[in-house]
Amino acid sequence: MNEAKIAIRNYCLRYSDGVQALKNVDLDIHPNAINVLFGPAGGGKSSLLRSINRLIDMADAEETSGEILFNGKNILDKETDVSWLRRKIGMVFSRPIPLPKSIFENVAFGLEVAGEKDKDAIRATVERALRQAYLWEEVYDRLDDPGNSLSGGQQQRLCLARILAFEPQVIMLDEPTSALDPVITARIESLLQEIKKDITIIIAPHNMSQSARIADYASFFLQGELVEFGEGSKLFVNPQDQRTQDYVEGRFG
Amino acid sequence: MKDKLITRIIQIAGFSSILIVLLIFLFLLREGLPALSEVSFSDLFATRWYPIEDLFGILPLFSGSLLVTFFSILIAIPFGVGTAIYIAEVAPRRVKEILKPMIELLAGIPSVVLGFIGIVFLSPALREWLNLPTGLTAFTGALLLALISIPTIVSVGEDALNAVPQSYREASYALGITRWQTIWRVTLPAARSGMITAVMLGISRTLGETMAVMMVTGNAPTMFKGIVSLFKPTRTMTATIASEMGEVASGSTHYHVLFFIGIVLFLFSLIINIVSNHFSEKNRKDKEQVVS
Repeated sequence: MNEAKIAIRNYCLRYSDGVQALKNVDLDIHPNAINVLFGPAGGGKSSLLRSINRLIDMADAEETSGEILFNGKNILDKETDVSWLRRKIGMVFSRPIPLPKSIFENVAFGLEVAGEKDKDAIRATVERALRQAYLWEEVYDRLDDPGNSLSGGQQQRLCLARILAFEPQVIMLDEPTSALDPVITARIESLLQEIKKDITIIIAPHNMSQSARIADYASFFLQGELVEFGEGSKLFVNPQDQRTQDYVEGRFG
Repeated sequence: MKDKLITRIIQIAGFSSILIVLLIFLFLLREGLPALSEVSFSDLFATRWYPIEDLFGILPLFSGSLLVTFFSILIAIPFGVGTAIYIAEVAPRRVKEILKPMIELLAGIPSVVLGFIGIVFLSPALREWLNLPTGLTAFTGALLLALISIPTIVSVGEDALNAVPQSYREASYALGITRWQTIWRVTLPAARSGMITAVMLGISRTLGETMAVMMVTGNAPTMFKGIVSLFKPTRTMTATIASEMGEVASGSTHYHVLFFIGIVLFLFSLIINIVSNHFSEKNRKDKEQVVS
């Protein structure tokens, strides 16, 4: 087994309204694989994803404890450069959110803010990212159109391209296909299989079938607890914990 | 049956408000347009307003209104927009809960009270501070009007910023974009049309304000002569109507000219309304795209 890309150690999170979102989570995210987080709503998947890129700073987190090690460094440290972290650990949300800018600017904007000044370099990176997200062929002749003129599936791939432009090490996806039709969903899933060669993927799918389909590794979250963790091929077929078994077989959730 | 009755009542209410506005406009036209035949065009658009000697040049009043409005908006925009950003984006929830109602309360202070503060406090202070012969100047009026329009700009602007979906900000943060960069380059552009509407409403509030300006601008109809005019007494269109309408003979030329000024004011606010409507319309279309 490879060394963990992200190692979560005894991580707890409580919101200011008293909700204990995560309890003593210990989890290894495997590099160059699709790591699936699954479980019923309110299980803490989104909270965990938002902790890994420190988006949780914007929410009302009252107390966090434990460690989240990214390449061996604890990203919960105060000294962590959050902007750098978020470029290295990109995130895609359930609803595609193109910024109120053109298609080109949606991808270029992050690069500009990151300090890239060379116009040619930006142009080249935007093209590479759009190609990588399999969007280039569909938009190359209308890069100046507003980002929200695209269809839902295109928008979601635009959001993915926006992150791929940073050459991230990890991409997190929070129910990325919940608003998309099955054809586009299949397309995005195969896209993920493609990019996992270079990039570690953490995904919280919105349904069981997608979880079972794409998981190299899977972890089951229930009410803030990590119940079970294992290889996807084993966990979905032969879960060890009774609760996981119930959920996988559809007895609740 | 009951449904129909209620529909009728609402219908009548709706139509009557349109009818009233229309009647006001017709009345304005009836009382104001004769001015065009009684005073020659060149005399009307002349630079001296001195009704006792039949000099009805409305340009100084025009310039007075523009001067005061322009500078007050120049002051009000940075403060208003800044405050809106602070309340919507920066302030902790508790501060926000106190600030927002206070700003809205500020909008409810009668302008005559502000005018009073202007006379007893602002104007003497400005006279001494800037070493002016009198503190009743266009600048005093502009400052006071800025105070009056800031709450409007803040309140509407803050709503516009709040209408930007939280997910925009999250998406922006997730790209490693800092809070300030997000405000300037994502949230504000997304709320642009709403912010423009806020400023437009501020402008029409300023342009239509009468009492406060009348009290502090000195009421001397002077033409704009460069930036020095800002620190001299001036007089706006609204103040002229308010101060002279009471002592004018009904049906006289003077009376008709005052109504003509009213028409000009009406056209002004019509233009501002059309412009701000245009932007809020555009805003709604943008939003629908986000939702779809």
